[in-house]
Amino acid sequence: MNRIQTTFDRLQQAKRKALIPFITAGDPSQQMTVPLMHALVEGGADILELGVPFSDPMADGPTIQRASERALKNGMSLRGTLEIVAEFRKTNPQTPVVLMGYGNPIEAMGWETFARRCAEVGVDGALTVDFPPEESHEAFEHLQRHDIAPIFLLAPTTTEVRIAQVAKLARGYVYYVSLKGVTGAGNLDLSAVEQKLPQLRKHIRLPIGVGFGIRDAETAQAIAALCDGVVIGSRIVQEIESSEAGQVLDNIRKLTKEMRAAIDRA
Amino acid sequence: MSYSYPDEQGHFGPYGGIYMAETLIPAVEELRQQYLRFRDDPDFKAEFAYELKHYVGRPSPIYHAKRLSDSLGGAQIYLKREDLNHTGAHKINNAIGQALLAKRMGKKRVIAETGAGMHGVATATVAARFGMECIVYMGAEDVQRQAPNVFRMKLLGAKVVPVESGSRTLKDACNEAIRDWVANVESTFYIFGTAAGPHPYPMMVRDFQCVIGEESKVQMVDMVGRQPDAVIACVGGGSNAIGIFHPYIDVQDVRLIGVEAGGHGVASGRHAAPLTANAKVGVLHGNKVYLMQDENGQIIETHSISAGLDYPGVGPEHCLLKDIHRAEYVAINDDEAIAAFDALCRNEGIIPALESSHALAHAMKIAPTMGKDKVLLVNLSGRGDKDMNTVAKIKGITL
Repeated sequence: MNRIQTTFDRLQQAKRKALIPFITAGDPSQQMTVPLMHALVEGGADILELGVPFSDPMADGPTIQRASERALKNGMSLRGTLEIVAEFRKTNPQTPVVLMGYGNPIEAMGWETFARRCAEVGVDGALTVDFPPEESHEAFEHLQRHDIAPIFLLAPTTTEVRIAQVAKLARGYVYYVSLKGVTGAGNLDLSAVEQKLPQLRKHIRLPIGVGFGIRDAETAQAIAALCDGVVIGSRIVQEIESSEAGQVLDNIRKLTKEMRAAIDRA
Repeated sequence: MSYSYPDEQGHFGPYGGIYMAETLIPAVEELRQQYLRFRDDPDFKAEFAYELKHYVGRPSPIYHAKRLSDSLGGAQIYLKREDLNHTGAHKINNAIGQALLAKRMGKKRVIAETGAGMHGVATATVAARFGMECIVYMGAEDVQRQAPNVFRMKLLGAKVVPVESGSRTLKDACNEAIRDWVANVESTFYIFGTAAGPHPYPMMVRDFQCVIGEESKVQMVDMVGRQPDAVIACVGGGSNAIGIFHPYIDVQDVRLIGVEAGGHGVASGRHAAPLTANAKVGVLHGNKVYLMQDENGQIIETHSISAGLDYPGVGPEHCLLKDIHRAEYVAINDDEAIAAFDALCRNEGIIPALESSHALAHAMKIAPTMGKDKVLLVNLSGRGDKDMNTVAKIKGITL
């Protein structure tokens, strides 16, 4: 059984919500990514979203843009990201890892190679920001063949017809974008999220994670009360960016613990 | 063979599509529906035609560059004078079309990306004309090299936002405009400047620019009694080129030649010529196209003297026209473009945009190999006033 499903089943039995942090592979350095992934798990993360850096991250705000630029400068690539997952799996066989990024690096590698490599190294899902369901037929076929969950985004602007379409294709979980804007934006509207979720639940049986713009423990707690998982990206990446080299693992562990505690209060 | 692209999902063969983040998918879908609704609406068409005639000054003339042609000793070069349009380039045709659509959709705020600044100026112009708020994203590098256009946009009431990320050129301006759109999707109409991006933009921009080719077909018969042997246009994203090519696609004997920016030379790798260089197909800014990228699928920096051509991708319809061999694509290097720029200034008293100088340079290259009875039609897509700083710098002159 897929690690994502196992994780959500376990959480559901314990009546807990998933904490899903995001970091960019290769930020702040190639060597730090695996230790950071372990630190996130130690801090209480349930699923890891690992960003594949891209030269033109159109859906990202300044924080994740800078992480992407640092990672590329450090020589990170899709191939390198897959190797990082392989390394992580040597000591962590159970925590699900989802790759998140843009389609072109995968197009360049080829979807079949990508999906096969994902399966080999122990990636559980793939979220391709700029590949909506309409353009994902080829991707979907290869991911399915290798049992990699295609994770789709839904947005405040998504119509009910599209929600139903995504419900048919999605595996693992569905990622609801909590605001109209880029990652890390400051305009999260809790009541708008609360209003949209019943419409999503009508069609989607999978767990629903919510992310974009969750910057503090209080918001994380409020969001956790509404859904099955909380995705925290820019806030974590910002912590990595602002930490002294020797402190980054401790700081990330501490921040993750704070978020974990907040979510568990929900 | 009947040519009818794109399909309903916006695909030109394997190219095009709607590769966008979910938040914007409903926006492009709404745009598609509204465009299809108004495209054939008599009132919309009448208003568009009125604006093109009385505001833009269409039809733009075709001019026989006789002294230039005589100096080359071969084919006769004719210029489609888009440089004579209001605001000085073909960009205004599309900006008006999209602004009229924005008006009907009740959008009061428009955004645009710009490279050379001509699309930014055109958008700022129509925003002033129709009373809309206007924000233009422009790479910080381009803000410097196209300073006169930045000032023009500000005079017209637009806010110009310099983009400091990435290569600080056109592609980064596109990224930033998309980020704005995703955050302001309900209030904002994105006036996209070229025949690329997610469906319906490649189709819609083409349709608005086709007035160039449609006029040319009539004007050439009036002037020389037949259609030209070849139509030549520069290609960055490719909107002026598709505008003049598209009406000629079914006219079998007319060669269509797209001229990309060769920069320091295609072999050097420092260029902006994805079609000529046979770049790998990839996905950027909403569509699948020939795209300049490294082996890891990261977009690479492009090089061109011309900010308007300095872009790693190209419109999806040009990708298809290349594959089906209906159009040919070549590259002209920076120095060849400058030589053509000088030649047109001195022989005809016309200062062309550096973008258009690429098309002209190719015409000047092939004209001497052709008989004097042959006819080349060059789309002179814009005027060169904006390029004074760039050209002066190249010539070692401080203005």
